[in-house]
Amino acid sequence: MALLEVEDLAVTFHRRGTEPVRAVDGVSFTVAEGQVVGLVGESGCGKSVTSLALMGLLAKRGVTVTGSARFEEADLLQMSPSSMRDMRGARMAMIFQDPLSSLNPVVPIGLQVTEVLQRHRELRGDKARAEAADLLDRVGIPDPTRRLKEYPHQLSGGMRQRALIAMAVACRPRLLIADEPTTALDVTIQAQILELLKDLVAEEGTALIMITHDLGVVAGLCDEINVMYAGRVVEAASRRPLFARPVHPYSVGLLASIPRLDAPRGEKLTPIPGSVRDNIAWADGCAFAPRCTHAVEACVEGPPELTRTYTGHAYRCVNPVSREEAEAVAAPAVLPTPSLTEATPSEEESS
Amino acid sequence: MSAKTDRIDRLAELTAARADEGGHGLWYEAFKRLRRNPMAIAGAVIVLVFVLIAILARVLAPYEPDAQTWLGETSTATMTFPGARAGNLLGVDHLGRDMLSRLLIGSQQSLLVGVVATVLGFSAGALLGGVSGACLGLFGTAGRRVDAVLMRFNDMALAVPSLLLAVSVATLLGQSLITVMIAVGVTQVPVFARLLRGSMLAQSHSDYVMASTALGVRKSRIVLNHILPNSLGPVLVQVTLSLATAIIEAAGLSFLGLGGVDAAHPEWGFMLAESQQYLSGALRFAVYPATAIIVTALGFTLLGEALREALDPKLRK
Amino acid sequence: MVRYIVRRLLQLIPTLFGLSLLLFAWLHSLPGGPEAALLDVRATADTRAQVRRSLGLDEPLWIQYGRFMKRLAQLDLGDSFSTGTPVVEEFGRRFPATVELTVAAMILAIGLGIPLGYLAARRHGRLLDILTVSGSLLGICIPIFFLGFLLKALLAVKLGWFPSLGRQTPGLDATRVTGFYVLDGVLTREFDASWDALKHLVLPGIALASIPFAIIVRMTRASVLEVLGEDYVRTAEAKGLRESTVRRRHVLRNAMLPVATSIGLLTGGLLSGAVLTETVFAFGGIGSFLAEAISNRDYPVLMGFIMIIAVLYVLINLAVDLSYSLLDPRVRVR
Repeated sequence: MALLEVEDLAVTFHRRGTEPVRAVDGVSFTVAEGQVVGLVGESGCGKSVTSLALMGLLAKRGVTVTGSARFEEADLLQMSPSSMRDMRGARMAMIFQDPLSSLNPVVPIGLQVTEVLQRHRELRGDKARAEAADLLDRVGIPDPTRRLKEYPHQLSGGMRQRALIAMAVACRPRLLIADEPTTALDVTIQAQILELLKDLVAEEGTALIMITHDLGVVAGLCDEINVMYAGRVVEAASRRPLFARPVHPYSVGLLASIPRLDAPRGEKLTPIPGSVRDNIAWADGCAFAPRCTHAVEACVEGPPELTRTYTGHAYRCVNPVSREEAEAVAAPAVLPTPSLTEATPSEEESS
Repeated sequence: MSAKTDRIDRLAELTAARADEGGHGLWYEAFKRLRRNPMAIAGAVIVLVFVLIAILARVLAPYEPDAQTWLGETSTATMTFPGARAGNLLGVDHLGRDMLSRLLIGSQQSLLVGVVATVLGFSAGALLGGVSGACLGLFGTAGRRVDAVLMRFNDMALAVPSLLLAVSVATLLGQSLITVMIAVGVTQVPVFARLLRGSMLAQSHSDYVMASTALGVRKSRIVLNHILPNSLGPVLVQVTLSLATAIIEAAGLSFLGLGGVDAAHPEWGFMLAESQQYLSGALRFAVYPATAIIVTALGFTLLGEALREALDPKLRK
Repeated sequence: MVRYIVRRLLQLIPTLFGLSLLLFAWLHSLPGGPEAALLDVRATADTRAQVRRSLGLDEPLWIQYGRFMKRLAQLDLGDSFSTGTPVVEEFGRRFPATVELTVAAMILAIGLGIPLGYLAARRHGRLLDILTVSGSLLGICIPIFFLGFLLKALLAVKLGWFPSLGRQTPGLDATRVTGFYVLDGVLTREFDASWDALKHLVLPGIALASIPFAIIVRMTRASVLEVLGEDYVRTAEAKGLRESTVRRRHVLRNAMLPVATSIGLLTGGLLSGAVLTETVFAFGGIGSFLAEAISNRDYPVLMGFIMIIAVLYVLINLAVDLSYSLLDPRVRVR
C-alpha cells in the first residue's frame, strides 16, 4: 500500500477575460513509505502547482482541482479545510524554494519553530523551546539556543534553509515535499542541504517528493522519477533506467543539455531548442512536438497516450528515442553516483 | 502636510522597478491597462463632462449667474425659497438667482483654480525637486550638500499646515480668486519637489543607470536623458490627484472667505460657505455645490488612482 | 539607541533656527500689522505709532529677531499681542482641545480603518472590497467643512443626537484639572461631564477622521494584499497553523509596518491641520486660534505656536522612526 497515490490530478486556473489555463493535466504517480520521488521539469511545467495542490495551498477562488490524491486512507483533495490544517505540518510538510522570503522577517526563528510544535504536538513554553533547539541542532545549526532568538535576516542562506527544514520535520511527518529547496543557494551549500535531507528522510523513514529542474539533484537522491512537461508526466521510471536509457525525447534533451566536465574541449552544449511558449495544447497533440527533434506527423494528430513497459518504465510519446541514440547521450551521464552530495563536506559560514 | 510625506515616498518608489516588457513601451502598456480599468473609464468620463461643462458654461447656463430675477419670491426670514421647478431646474438661491446657472458657471472657476494651481505647484515643485535631484546625481559632495539644504527646507514647508500657508498668501495678496490659485499652488510645491526628487533617486539606483555608468556615459547625459524622463510617471499621477486636491482646498479657502466676493463669477466653495446660514431651511443650497465639488474631485481622483495602478510594476499582470 | 535619539534631538536645533528665521521674515513681510487689529480704523497715525512702539515693532527687524531668540533661549515665547497673556499659556489652554479632537479622530480612523482595510483585502474583488475602496475614495474627496456641516445639520440640528458646538455644554460646571475634558471628568469622578465632553467630540471627530480614515483603509488594504501574496504566509499555511495565528502573527504583524508609519505622520498632520473642523464646530483649539492670529498679525502667537507645532512634528516623527525599529527587526537604529 502506497503512502500517497495521486490519480489523474488536474489543476485549472480561471481568470476573467482570459482562457482557463490547465497548469496540471492528468498527473498520476505514487509515493511509497520512505520512498524519494522526483518531479522534474523546467519552470512552468506544473511541478510546483502539483505540490501546492497536494498541500491544499492553492487559492480557493479561480482554481479548480480535480482527480484524487489518497494519503493515508483519505483523499487530500476532498478533505475539509480544517482537517487539511490538522494534516499540514503534522502528517505532511513542505519546504519551499526561497528560504529568505519563506521566513517571516519580523518573527524570531524560535517562535516560527515552536509555533508548529505548539499547534500539532501541544508543546508549550520551555518544553517547546528545548525541542526547537534540539531540532535546530539536528538540522545542523550551531549554537541553536542563541539562534532561536535571532531573526531570519541575521542568518545565512544555508542556515535559513536549515531552519525551514527544521520547521517542516518538527512533527515527524510521513511525507515531506521539497519544492526546489536548493535553487536559491550556493552550490556548496546545495550539496550540504541535499545531504541533510537525505539523512533526515533515511533516519525517520519519511517519504520525500523532490521537486526540481536539476537532474543532478535527482540523480543523487531519488528512487522514482517523474519527468513533467506542460502539466503532464511525460516519462516515469526508476532512477537507473531513466538515466541509463531515457525514452522520451524531452528527457533525452534534458540529459543532453547538462554541461559535463568530461566533455571534449570545444564541444558545444546541446540545448533543447525553443521555449515553453512554443507549446501546443495537449488536445491537439504532443505539447512538446514543436520543440522536439524527433517529431513526426503522428505527434500532432492527437494527445499521445502513456505507454507502460513491463519493466515499469512509462512514457508519453509516439516516436520514442531509440536505444542507441539514448545511450549516446545518457552513457557518460549514468548516475554521477555515489552522489554529488558528498562532494563538499566543508562547514558552512555562519553570519 | 505631513501625511503626504509617506505617501509621496511610496509613490516615488513606483518607478524604481521597471520590468522590461517585450514589444511595447511602458506608456503604451499603461494605456492599455487604463482602458481595461472601469475606475479609469469612470474617472475619465467625469473629468471629460466637467471640462466640457466648464468650456460651454456660458452657453449651457439658462440665466446670468448674478441676475436676482426671483428675489421677490424668496424670504430669508421665513426660509422660503422656490425649489426645483420648470425654468429653475435646481431652484432659486437666497438672493433669487438661478441655482443651476450659478453651478454651471462655477465649474469654470473650479477648473481654472485646479489647473492653474496644479501647473504652478508642478512647475515650481518640479524645478526644485529636479534641481535637487540633479545636484545629488551630478555634483558629488557639493551637490549632496545643496540637495540636503533644499530638502531640509522642503520638509519644513511640508510641516507647516498647508491651510496656514494658504491663508498667509491670501493676506499677502488680498482676497481674490488669483490668491486662491496661488495659495493652493504654493501648498503643492513641496509635494511635487519631494516626489520628483524621490523618483529620481529611485531611478538612479536602477540597473540601467548602473549599466550606462559602466559604459562610460556622461553623468549629465544619464541624469537628463535617462533618469529625468523615467521619473515622470509618479509625477503625472500626482498631477492628476493634485487637480482634485486643488479643487477641494480652493473650496476650503473660499469657505474661509479668502476667495473674495464676485457675484458674476460664482464659486462652489463660496456658494457652500453662503449656504451655511440657510442650512435649517434649505439644505440643498449646500448639497448642490458640495456634490459638484465631490463629483469633480472624485473624477480626478479615480483617474489618478487608476493611472497609479497602471504604472505600478508590482500590480502588473 | 540613546545616541540616536540625542543626535536626532540635536538636529532639531538648526532646523528650528532655520524655521524661526524663515517664519520671522515671512510674517513681517505680510502687509499691515497688529495695530490694525488692536485699534479702531479711525485711530490716528500717532496712536498707531505709539502702539507699535509699545509692542516693540518700531525697532529694526534684526533687533526684534534677536530679542525673540534671546527670549526663546530662556524658553519664553513672549506675550500675545491681542490678549496680552503669555503665548505658552495660550497654547496650554488650547492645545488639550486639539489633542482631544485629534485623538478622537485617530481612534475612529484606526479603529474602523484597519479592520475594514483588512476585510477588504481578504475579500479582494468582491462587493465589500469595492464598497470599501469607493467609500475611501469618496472620503478623500469630501471637503472636511462640508462633512462637518452635513453632520451638524443632520445629527445635531435635525435629530438632536449630538451637540453641535463647543467642547462641553456651557451650563455644566465641571472641574478642570488637565484641560482634557474627558479625562478631567474621569479624574474628578464627574462622569456626566466626561460623557458630555465625549458627546461633543463625536461629530468633529468624525469630520476630522474622514481623510485619515480613507488613507488608513487604503494603506491597510494594499499592504495586506501585498503580504497575503508573500511566501512566508504560504509557509505559515503549510505549517498547518490556525487561521487566527496566521492572520495575527504572519499577516497583520507585517502588514501593519507601513500603516504604523503613516499613522504617526497622519497624527502629526492632524494636530496642525484641524483649522477647518475647529472652525465649523467652534471647538476652540489651536487651529482656529492660529487662523485668528494670522488675521490679527499676532506675531508672538504665530511664531510660538508654529514652532511648538514644528517641535511636536519632529518628535512625532522621531517616535514613529523608533517604533518602526521596534516593530521591524530589520531596521536597526544606529
